[in-house]
Amino acid sequence: MSVTICTDPFNPYEVLQAYEASHLRGLGTIGATSLFIGTMRDFNEGDIVKGMTLEYYPGMTEKQLDKILIEAQNQWAVIDSLVVHRVGDIFPKEPIVLVAVWTYHRGDAFDASRFIMEALKSKAPFWKKERLLNEQERWVAKNSNGYQSS
Amino acid sequence: MSIKVRYFASLKENIGRSEDELILTGPLTVYGVWHQANPDKDKPNQVLAAVNMDYVDWNSPVSDGDEVAFFPPVTGG
Repeated sequence: MSVTICTDPFNPYEVLQAYEASHLRGLGTIGATSLFIGTMRDFNEGDIVKGMTLEYYPGMTEKQLDKILIEAQNQWAVIDSLVVHRVGDIFPKEPIVLVAVWTYHRGDAFDASRFIMEALKSKAPFWKKERLLNEQERWVAKNSNGYQSS
Repeated sequence: MSIKVRYFASLKENIGRSEDELILTGPLTVYGVWHQANPDKDKPNQVLAAVNMDYVDWNSPVSDGDEVAFFPPVTGG
């Protein structure tokens, strides 16, 4: 289980490769791996967005993400899970978040991954401030009501 | 009794401060902390509260040395 907050751009595929090599090498029990990568869009609410600044609460953000991963492990048969999240100044097309879940079976990978993302969006203390074309700045409004199981 | 109060994101901008150090003379709830730190401001709608980096109800008590944080709904991911 791993939670990383990073201030610099990251390549999610390199992060995954490195994590699998150092933590999951030789593990024959893995039957499914679910990856979610969130990237920055260049539009929102009908406006072109030039960039954004992501603020967080050092300490609490990591603590809440740890709790979310533990909750997912308690609810589904998860072998391992990983979250990487950017903070600071971000530009369109850059990855913002990576969630990876390794499980025995695909259903748990899909469900746990969705749960982690929705819980992250409703509980992990991050705040986005967008910068528009005219240099106007605005805080993004709440964007998830959490995980709704179907 | 001393506690640290922290503010984040749009709330920090609205208040104009990122933190306060409060000296408390008796038992206080999170709601009481808000009022002591911001006597001229009603509790804003939708503001969330945390004590020692865990979400809490505004009626929760605070203790000496606690870190209390107030912030708007989160928007990561």
